[in-house]
Amino acid sequence: MSASAQAPHSKAADLPLSVIIATDCGSTTTKAILIEKQGDTFRQTFRGEAPTTVEAPFEDVTRGVLNAIAEVEELSGRKILDGEKIITPAGAGGNPKAGVDIYVSTSSAGGGLQMMVAGAVQSMTGESAQRCALGAGAIVMDILASNDGRLPHEKIERIRSLRPDMILLAGGTDGGTITHVVEMAEYISAAEPRPRLGITYSLPLIYAGNIQARDRVTEILGKKTALVVTDNIRPTLERENLAPARNKIHDLFLEHVMAQAPGYKKLIAWAGAPIVPTPAAVGFIMEALAKRDNINLIGVDIGGATTDVFSVYDGVFNRTVSANLGMSYSVSNVLAEAGLANIMRWVPFDLDEQTLRNRIKNKMIRPTTIPQTLDELQIEQAIAREALRLALIHHKSLATGLKGVQQERTISDIFEQKASGGSLIDMLKLDLIVGSGGILSHAPRRIQSMLMMVDAYEPPGFTTLSVDSIFMMPHLGVLSTVNEKAATDVFVHDCLVYLGTCIAPIGQGRDGEKCAEYQITFRGNRQPESGTLTFGELRLIALGDNERAQVTVKPVKQVDLGEGKGAPVTREARGGAVGLLLDGRGRPLQLPTDARTRVAALTRWHQAVGLYPTVK
Amino acid sequence: MGHAYTPGLTVTERTTVRKRRLLPIPGTVMVAQGDRVKAATVVAQTELPGKVHSINVANLLGIAPDEVRDYLIRKEGNPVQKDDVIAENKPFIKFLKTDVRSPVQGTIDTVSTVTGQVLLREPPRRLELLAYIDGVVADVHPRQGVTIETACTLVQGIFGVGGETWGELQMGVASPEEALTPDKLRPDMKGKIVVGGSFLGADTLARAREIGAAALVIGGIHDKDLRALLGYDLGVAITGTEKIGITLILTEGFGTIPMAAKTFALLSKHQGQKASVSGATQIRAGVIRPEIIIPADGARADQGSAAAERGGIQPGDHVRIIRDPLFGKIGQVSALPPDLRQIETESHVRVLEVGFPDQTRAIIPRANVEILEG
Repeated sequence: MSASAQAPHSKAADLPLSVIIATDCGSTTTKAILIEKQGDTFRQTFRGEAPTTVEAPFEDVTRGVLNAIAEVEELSGRKILDGEKIITPAGAGGNPKAGVDIYVSTSSAGGGLQMMVAGAVQSMTGESAQRCALGAGAIVMDILASNDGRLPHEKIERIRSLRPDMILLAGGTDGGTITHVVEMAEYISAAEPRPRLGITYSLPLIYAGNIQARDRVTEILGKKTALVVTDNIRPTLERENLAPARNKIHDLFLEHVMAQAPGYKKLIAWAGAPIVPTPAAVGFIMEALAKRDNINLIGVDIGGATTDVFSVYDGVFNRTVSANLGMSYSVSNVLAEAGLANIMRWVPFDLDEQTLRNRIKNKMIRPTTIPQTLDELQIEQAIAREALRLALIHHKSLATGLKGVQQERTISDIFEQKASGGSLIDMLKLDLIVGSGGILSHAPRRIQSMLMMVDAYEPPGFTTLSVDSIFMMPHLGVLSTVNEKAATDVFVHDCLVYLGTCIAPIGQGRDGEKCAEYQITFRGNRQPESGTLTFGELRLIALGDNERAQVTVKPVKQVDLGEGKGAPVTREARGGAVGLLLDGRGRPLQLPTDARTRVAALTRWHQAVGLYPTVK
Repeated sequence: MGHAYTPGLTVTERTTVRKRRLLPIPGTVMVAQGDRVKAATVVAQTELPGKVHSINVANLLGIAPDEVRDYLIRKEGNPVQKDDVIAENKPFIKFLKTDVRSPVQGTIDTVSTVTGQVLLREPPRRLELLAYIDGVVADVHPRQGVTIETACTLVQGIFGVGGETWGELQMGVASPEEALTPDKLRPDMKGKIVVGGSFLGADTLARAREIGAAALVIGGIHDKDLRALLGYDLGVAITGTEKIGITLILTEGFGTIPMAAKTFALLSKHQGQKASVSGATQIRAGVIRPEIIIPADGARADQGSAAAERGGIQPGDHVRIIRDPLFGKIGQVSALPPDLRQIETESHVRVLEVGFPDQTRAIIPRANVEILEG
């Protein structure tokens, strides 16, 4: 099981802060937010953004940071910069509208943190190493293992051709195999891997495998890499211990990788807390939310190039990144992976293949363009559904229990023998989905965000959905390492926008036939509502933000809502910007295969929930 | 987003291009600052470490890994030829003798007494770095490479595939609206950079490779023809290393789109001149666009260094619309309303007004235009 995503450096008691400036240096845009204490509560007050300046002609990340902060200065009237310095503390020089108490930042500029991992057995230490690197916020470029099916020279060529920022070498339980670990070390040594940034420095390599192989690994790799040895990530088959290696990844990210990137030495000096890889910071906040509300959640950040999925189930955190599923730079890859038919099944009109393919390629080569017409918006949202769906499949395959673990079976397991290493993601146990990224956060209508996630994830039973208002989760994640209250206040009040709750029975039936009866009891004076949900129907019931209602659903005998077929379920449901979405389309969701029927069904659903405006 | 705007593609008669030519690993620089170089001049070279092969000698001889050294005939660092015996056992009965031979020519790199493996390394491979453009060595980066500067005409494309090449510029069509069809490609276009108009298909690509054209420059192609050329569906626009025997540069995008008149006129003007082209494209932060560089005759550029950084879009700027429904149209900015406007999708975005040569006007999101620079 994965370790906690908690911040790498021990969390001191909350620092006394009242004004905070935070930035996220993304690959294309640097986003700054200002957080101010208003009474007892922290609120996000102003934001600014500017193009990231890691690349030529500037080659200094701080230029973009200064530009983004300058925009915050302009909007807020607060003087934050003195030339190229951040004024601290707030109220400096007796001016209440000057200075900030702390500056914090995350970074994914220059492609983020790119790692290669290696283990002895692919499905055991290989997967543990992958989970460790992903949880630390890295993109995993490749996973090498003794049994990965490649011949030795192919492995060596692969190591040489990749230019990772860092390598994580695991393998063997403590006291277990030495040979396989040493073998992997020998391959790495023979390949003489070179880091992506900086032609002259040694590649950082973390060894987190069998403690009995440490001497041999040090002998082989000590002179060829910047070797750091830490605790075994898989000390026994039954236990995963990812935190020490993850912390080392964060340390080396700062000391080696960041220090090689242009302008980062200055940025590190400005920041009042260690700079964290953007996805790791998002992980901190996701985990904090799950812990605070004692819930299971899935978070997704669908960006231009990649889609990150986070999950916290029964306190176990996992993160995956689908490196080539995104809405602009990687949009063409969504088409390649999902296939044309899967994208077209969400498009409510006919379109010839060549036109669609050319449009997608044109978006790929001009990634900053936006849909201008309704049909273009519908195509982008169709692609988003597939990117979300594929990224969740990927996540489910990695967010698993440990493989290779011996299981004790009792007589009651005779009829249900599960192999070890099953996915932890049980959609019926899911309480909340958090969506983030431009296509979800900035959809013209909130119902569009909700339905994209519902169509992609097909949540069964009762599931609450929300979106990040302006993508400030990274900022709040790094802020949580110095002041958890400030991060939580802003997250609750300004970041998370609740959309509402989706109620979806599991089962199939003929369109128009009865699926379930429902009764909704509202708080206050509002009259209860009751009715019948039929198969193939989508129904939206208004329930505002911060409102809750008691919902009782009595499914027909072949339909399940989590308590067994035909068993009624009563739950409290949360409202939001959209409300309650009763989804009678069945689970698993099956769209008509015939184009005309499918377009008719999509059109009916879209009209039922007011998904799109009517174009004159 | 106060500072952001969509940078356009450069299409300019006169500019100065500086190209950093760097080795992947340290090596030797072969030229000096101030030297004049041709595209084919070797400016730096290095030796790439040879391929590594592993043989598990312990397994092959049926011995324990820590005994491997006792059975080796060649030691670490020794050179070996292909099929040389590198290890053998010493049985009592000669008939049972087993030997292990080298699968390659090279050296014994390492011997492991933990895994029983012997790693053999092939001889290093020389890598020569060429100048790629005619010009002058402006800077030398010791052990890494050089910067080459040239005064030139520069045309950037939007997307390309295939690596660096050079040749004589040859117009294949008479107007930017005309498609480049196979019949327009003649055998005497071998080694040349052929410029088409609005479109070329798979049949033209096949013909171009058949006659040995160095590169094709065109307004647009269909995605399906790119797939056929590459043999796979391109997912992410990071290109330049494809081994397809030709370099292809699109100036406008995917579909049938007439080449911008200015681009076409500029390339026509330089017909017969030598040009260096690269299809390398990287559409991420640190954008790399494909390029056609036509070095000016004469000495090092003395003026017109890299175009000054723009402040943003201005009324009167020529722009290309880069998103449907008016994709590919070129017009002039006639107004820049400062407030956000609601568009058909119901998004509120910053827009601009574009006037077209036929006197019509349209409101377009600012994100959906590209300035025609140069």
